[in-house]
Amino acid sequence: MTEQTTANAKMLRRVLLKAALLLLVCNVLFALRSPLPALGRISAYNHLFPGRARLPFGENPAKAYNLSLFQMEAMFASHEIAAADKAPDEYRVIVIGDSSVWGFLLTPQETLTAYINQAGHTIPAGKRVRAYNLGYPTISLSKDLLLLDYALRYQPDLIVWLVTLESFPYEKQVFTPLVQQNPQAMRRLIGKYTLQVNPQDPQFSDPTWLQKTLIGQRRTLADMARLQLYGVLWAATGVDQHIPESYTPRQEDLAAEENYYGLTPPTLHASDIAFDVLAAGVSHAGQVPVLLVNEPMFVSAGENSAIRYNFFYPRWAYDAYRQLLAEQCAAQGWLCLDLWDAIPGGEFTNSAIHLTPSGSAQLAGIIGEAIVKLASAQD
Amino acid sequence: MTLNHILFFSAAALAAGLLSRPRWRANLLLLGSVLAIYWLQPSTPIRNLDFWLPTATLAVSVLVWAVTRPAETANSRQDLHTGIVLTLAVAGIGLARYLGPLCCLTPTRPPQAAQVLPVVALAAVLIWLAGRFFSGRASALNLISAALLALFIILKTEPLAAAASAWLRSRTGQSTAFASPLDIRWLGFSYVAFRLLHTLRDRLNGRLPGLSLSALVTYVIFFPAFTAGPIDRVQRFSKDLEADFRLDAETVWRAGRRVLLGIFKKFVLADSLALIALSPENALQTASPLWMWTLVYAYALRLYYDFSGYTDIAIGLGQLLGVQLPENFTQPYRKANLTAFWNSWHITLAQWFRAYFFNPLTRTLRSGGRQWPLAAIVFAGQLGTMILIGLWHGVTWNFFIWGLWHGLGLFIHNRWAEFTKGRSSRLDPRLANLGGVLLTFHYVALGWVWFALPLPAQSWHTLQTLLGLAG
Repeated sequence: MTEQTTANAKMLRRVLLKAALLLLVCNVLFALRSPLPALGRISAYNHLFPGRARLPFGENPAKAYNLSLFQMEAMFASHEIAAADKAPDEYRVIVIGDSSVWGFLLTPQETLTAYINQAGHTIPAGKRVRAYNLGYPTISLSKDLLLLDYALRYQPDLIVWLVTLESFPYEKQVFTPLVQQNPQAMRRLIGKYTLQVNPQDPQFSDPTWLQKTLIGQRRTLADMARLQLYGVLWAATGVDQHIPESYTPRQEDLAAEENYYGLTPPTLHASDIAFDVLAAGVSHAGQVPVLLVNEPMFVSAGENSAIRYNFFYPRWAYDAYRQLLAEQCAAQGWLCLDLWDAIPGGEFTNSAIHLTPSGSAQLAGIIGEAIVKLASAQD
Repeated sequence: MTLNHILFFSAAALAAGLLSRPRWRANLLLLGSVLAIYWLQPSTPIRNLDFWLPTATLAVSVLVWAVTRPAETANSRQDLHTGIVLTLAVAGIGLARYLGPLCCLTPTRPPQAAQVLPVVALAAVLIWLAGRFFSGRASALNLISAALLALFIILKTEPLAAAASAWLRSRTGQSTAFASPLDIRWLGFSYVAFRLLHTLRDRLNGRLPGLSLSALVTYVIFFPAFTAGPIDRVQRFSKDLEADFRLDAETVWRAGRRVLLGIFKKFVLADSLALIALSPENALQTASPLWMWTLVYAYALRLYYDFSGYTDIAIGLGQLLGVQLPENFTQPYRKANLTAFWNSWHITLAQWFRAYFFNPLTRTLRSGGRQWPLAAIVFAGQLGTMILIGLWHGVTWNFFIWGLWHGLGLFIHNRWAEFTKGRSSRLDPRLANLGGVLLTFHYVALGWVWFALPLPAQSWHTLQTLLGLAG
């Protein structure tokens, strides 16, 4: 070996050693400091790009220019609600719920909140009603509670919470990935309100120490970066969901199945389903009023429709749920609106709860009126 | 190539350089490249095609060697040895279907031995006969060149590729109703065909040195450059193969940096920009000129980082293996005119067309009976060359227009350079250079609108949007 080659070999070893050390230090620091929340708040949305009209969610990122990620700070920082402090003349309404609120198969201009805003409601105090879409696909009250918890920092004047029986079963509470990936925040809420949700549920994703490192969190970091990049296409196109030209319509003919999540007719008790999570949400909102809306659903007239209302619900379970919800609303003094059959069956798209643009506009009309009435009463 | 492929190849190249004896290098490169082209070949909906396509690549390469080798190298033991190794390798890859959990190098199970072995034997006999009776004959060289070009045109022309797919599907007993031009994804064929054409043309022109079978096949399928170039010259490549190479720390350092730079360009920059680059979908959805320009800029940068990243990886891997592949990109977007851009963008492809189309054409026009004006010769040469480069990417109207766009740009620059020659400019040279860089970049970026989108009407609408003229 020549002198030069030996020197080069030594240099190569030194470089590799330093690189390995640097990588190790960065990973250890990352795991110790957990900077993801701080990084999540750094966003080009509401600065370079307009804020998104709904929370990031995407099953087909390449076509939707949108993706699903579970880092709450990054999700909210990309939303238009984070654009600026509430204006003095704004009556801020936060709408939470499932994919029907988020607007599955609807453009951002066709969602419930979009139509409420388009109506230009004002309340007697002269404030204009401004609704924000904080719905998120997947049906679970815990997921709604988690989002409500985060959303409270945006100074809402009213919270509209759309629920349906499918969001109540205890099996569904830790089912959604958003809840599973935010175990600390969810456990805090479970502890605070002593919810009947197992805080040690194995579905919670508790990262190991290695998963907390820079390498362990590379997927989350990549998703956060991709969310920022998709801001360009959101700004350029206004598209945040791939809406196919055709889809399989909601099921009309139904199975003759009467059981519901292991519950059998004829009786449904309040303790069978997660009313405690609903109560926690109302309580968590504190002084901010919460309007609970039993959301509209498709009522089938097809095969076995005498047994079931639709794909989701046996009639006995849903009827009992409505009865229980009405009782709870009366007993707890909750503001409730039961709109279960308010929208005609033809206005549902690929599921028993997803609405057409026209159905969405009709629902916005009803809820908009209720908001104005409530806001006027608040004054 | 995926990141996994690249990491594996890097480790394998490093291990080969450190552990193998120098005299094994040529054999290792050949065998490694043979295995790599089967491993890299993507699956196709046509049964067993992912085995037959790399096999066809090898067969055509050996055939070209057989008809281009000089007569005096006829019965070389080394070539016989290489031929046996290649035959055994193909048969072994095919027979891997019987190895249970070890199956397979190809994305799907290779065909049965009863199909593989007769085809391999038949190919060997036909190649031997071609070498025996047609070696060095101009007619054979021209016929193979024409066949390669015809195959190239079929694969690059959607209706023809769909028809070929239907024919292949009918041969395998699959439904022809699902035939698609995307069915025949022959990995690396664009580059393989041009390396072989270069070999055939140079043999005809007497510029091809005597090459061993191992050298020629390794040159054609050299795995670092197999999928995305560059298109090396066989004369230069074979010298590197023959040279005494020992992997040292300096080479590892230099090659490692190049591979890492390529990985960063391709998998960080290009893949990120790909999310927001101009596409047929977002072109239709974007109405604002400002955002449309953003998408076009993203596309221009994405294309550069993607392609030059792959080139960096190929060059770095080549260095680890003792082969110095030629540069393909030298900061093209910082060039002050279109001629300089084309001297630094996909350099080896441009050189190929210059050597085998532009130069012969302009020479013919100059020396022919009729006296053509110089401008007309330049016009015909540049337009023809650029249109062919466009069609090399695919036989579509959009690639044709893209080639035309650049051909016209080159011609205009040529005339401008001629016009300004010897005249003094009052402009500050730095300012003039900056203006030239900006003008050239935007001319190229507007050209990418034709390249990125599939239909002329869509490209035209996008250009109108960019200029704020869309209704």
